[in-house]
Amino acid sequence: MFHALRLYRHYAAASIRAQAQYPASLAMLTFGQFLGALTEFIAIWALFARFGRIQGWRFGEVAIFYGVVNVAFAVADAITRGFDIFGPEFVKTGAFDRLLLRPRATAFQLLGHELRLTRIGRLIQGIIVFCIGVASTPLHWDLGSAALIAWALAGGTALFSGLLVLQATLAFWTVESLEIANILTYGGVQAGEYPLGVYAAWFRDLLIFVVPIGCVAYFPVVALLGRHDPLGAPDWFLPVSPVLGLVFLAVSLWVWGFGVRRYASSGS
Amino acid sequence: MSPALGPYLAVFAARFQLVLQYRAAAMAGFATQCWWGALKIMIYAAFFAGASGPQPISFAHTVTYTWLGQGFLAFLPWNADPEISEMVRSGAVAYERLRPVDTYAWWFARAMAWSVARVAPRAALMFVLAALILPVVGLGPWSLHLPASPGAAMLFAVSMAGVALVSAAMTVLLDIVVAATLTDRGANILASAFVNVFSGAIIPLALFPQWMIPGLRLSPFAGLVDTPFRIWFGELAGAPALGAIALQLFWALALAGLGWLWLGRTMNRLQVQGG
Amino acid sequence: MPQILVEDLSKTYRVAERDPGALGAVKGLFHRRWRTVEALKNVSFTLERGELVGLIGPNGAGKSTTIKILSGILRPSGGRCEIDGLVPWRERVRHVARIGVVFGQRTQLWWDLPVIEGFDLLRDIYRVPDDRYRRTRDELVALLRLGPLLDQPVRQLSLGQRMRCEIVAAMLHEPTILFLDEPTIGLDAPSKLAVRGFVERLNRERGVSVILTTHDMHDIEALAQRVIVIGNGTILADSPFEILRAGVLAERRVVVDFAGEAPALDWPGVSVRRREGRTLELAIDPAIVTAPDLIGRLAADHAVEDIHVERPLIEEVIARLYDLHGATEA
Repeated sequence: MFHALRLYRHYAAASIRAQAQYPASLAMLTFGQFLGALTEFIAIWALFARFGRIQGWRFGEVAIFYGVVNVAFAVADAITRGFDIFGPEFVKTGAFDRLLLRPRATAFQLLGHELRLTRIGRLIQGIIVFCIGVASTPLHWDLGSAALIAWALAGGTALFSGLLVLQATLAFWTVESLEIANILTYGGVQAGEYPLGVYAAWFRDLLIFVVPIGCVAYFPVVALLGRHDPLGAPDWFLPVSPVLGLVFLAVSLWVWGFGVRRYASSGS
Repeated sequence: MSPALGPYLAVFAARFQLVLQYRAAAMAGFATQCWWGALKIMIYAAFFAGASGPQPISFAHTVTYTWLGQGFLAFLPWNADPEISEMVRSGAVAYERLRPVDTYAWWFARAMAWSVARVAPRAALMFVLAALILPVVGLGPWSLHLPASPGAAMLFAVSMAGVALVSAAMTVLLDIVVAATLTDRGANILASAFVNVFSGAIIPLALFPQWMIPGLRLSPFAGLVDTPFRIWFGELAGAPALGAIALQLFWALALAGLGWLWLGRTMNRLQVQGG
Repeated sequence: MPQILVEDLSKTYRVAERDPGALGAVKGLFHRRWRTVEALKNVSFTLERGELVGLIGPNGAGKSTTIKILSGILRPSGGRCEIDGLVPWRERVRHVARIGVVFGQRTQLWWDLPVIEGFDLLRDIYRVPDDRYRRTRDELVALLRLGPLLDQPVRQLSLGQRMRCEIVAAMLHEPTILFLDEPTIGLDAPSKLAVRGFVERLNRERGVSVILTTHDMHDIEALAQRVIVIGNGTILADSPFEILRAGVLAERRVVVDFAGEAPALDWPGVSVRRREGRTLELAIDPAIVTAPDLIGRLAADHAVEDIHVERPLIEEVIARLYDLHGATEA
């Protein structure tokens, strides 16, 4: 375990050094990320400017949902680049063979493949929106609430990482197009930005029990705001729910192992 | 087939066929877009439900707008043509000048094929799903409503042709940026952000704050999404519709003209430098 | 107990098929056809510790498949394989920690990192103790003269330099077996010699077992004591190289320059390949008449100015071998 952390630090340092060789590109791409995430926020802002509230939730509260989801996704997106490009860069080219030839878990190697600094663009945007939300909401900050947010972020990062692992696993079967996985990652981000009550019942259940995006943003933030879930989720569940994000990641890694076996049988 | 148009039609056909091959991509793209559409509509429904009065665009129209947007999503010029990006990367872009064709028209034809081939299957499937299946399973209010009138449908078709032209012109402009800067980074980043917001792809332009709307409607981007869809549900009809279409064509020509000039200069520079 | 044991190894693939043209493209949207390919059929061989074996065969013969199975990244459809007592694909992590693999056309080093940093990263990946790592690294770097290259990013190196770094990278964790897949492809002459020399040294001085796949027959000639020829998924030959050569194409070529007009020749065991002015190019069957015999008889009867004896090109030997077994490119 300790050895693994040390190796990850080494991977991360190497990756940062490699990216730092192209500072102009790095800056541009980071700005682009920021801009891209901003366009999503513009939509929310415009809608609230016109409609005022959504199901009784105010702009500031939704901004907090938005901030938490986007920060969690930005971190996950930054560390899972190896999985994101897995299909075209590893399966299609046969470069995955090289990972199999190293005495380490393949998932771990992909995690170390690159620490994508450009995702700071979305991260910063998420933090700004979060702060806007907190500023416009009566909220009492203490160690508990900070811990709750950190816990929600941990669960969220795990969840989105798990989604990207699953997306990469698809590449073992078809290298053609994995656009569909964007439903879960980018679609998931957008779905997580709004209170769950907005969605149809079946979709809500999906967002709680299948791809638990609601558990890593909505529920913990509701708990943070000291509110009750208007849809009846029990109060004890709200702060605990991010654990489902970690469970999701564990399941994703199990499926990944399945995919690796399949690769080894078919020779890609 | 006119011999002058021969090579351009040929490259269009070839690219079209190539893109059609990616069946998993088509299916995946379609599924993705269904999802996005459904998500957005649920969110709109919640907003509209709490609305304190009539809005510049009705919920029904917003739903139609959303489904149309998903169906025709591939027309949005988010990226430079990947084939051309690849050519620039490998240094082969100078070889484009070895062909006995006008390079701008060549790239334009490729861009058209690329977008139309991706749009066609998805738009067809989206129409079947959102306009036909949804009402049948009892989700009428969430479905894609049919055009306001046969006249509207016809004008819509013309406007979509305009969309294809504007989209191709913008794509080629992105291609030129890539060729001129020798990297696809700058172009692709800024393009999607601007295109998405200003075309009405993210939310209908009508839902923006009132003071912004007239300005937004004049931009070339509005002609990619907002204009044709408003024609579809009849908000734009008669003379204003024709005016909007004329604006689309104006932008298509202006962007094409700009692109044609700029491409010529860029290619000359590449020839001088050795490509 | 052999280090590598391969018994009845088989591998079949399913490949998707599509009709050509536009109609085929549309049909392909709805229905897929599959075709089975037998990449390996009952392949068996063993390798003792310290052997250096060349694995050759036409393209598509099954060489890569064999290497992939032996290195543990591909599961066979049938048969048995054990390397140092481990089943490669079942105990992947333990197995790959003991082998080194070099792919001629791909680098395992990090493109944007200086070579030395890539080596350091590999040390951590393979969990090599620091002092051993430094000793091994310094030795290998000295042997292949990588000193001036160490600080350069891999992308700035020439192919020859990259390949030398590649081989060192594969040896940093001191594996007992080295798989080389086309290591000299695209290299210039000095680099080829450097690579060959290094591999030969590794094998001779450190007892590293080597399996070498290559199309460059001079690699084989320089390095391989033993050659395994694969064609159409089966082993066509497994023997020391000279025996192979003698068995397939034993003939000798003799080029003779005469003082006067080249004579007509009609002797058993001798065929005239070319006759031009004063030069005769002959192919002789050594079983019937040896080169010294021929030269002696010629010199006795004619005024001979110059003689040149050679063996057929290795490429010809191999091509002939593939031909004999109907194993030309799949």
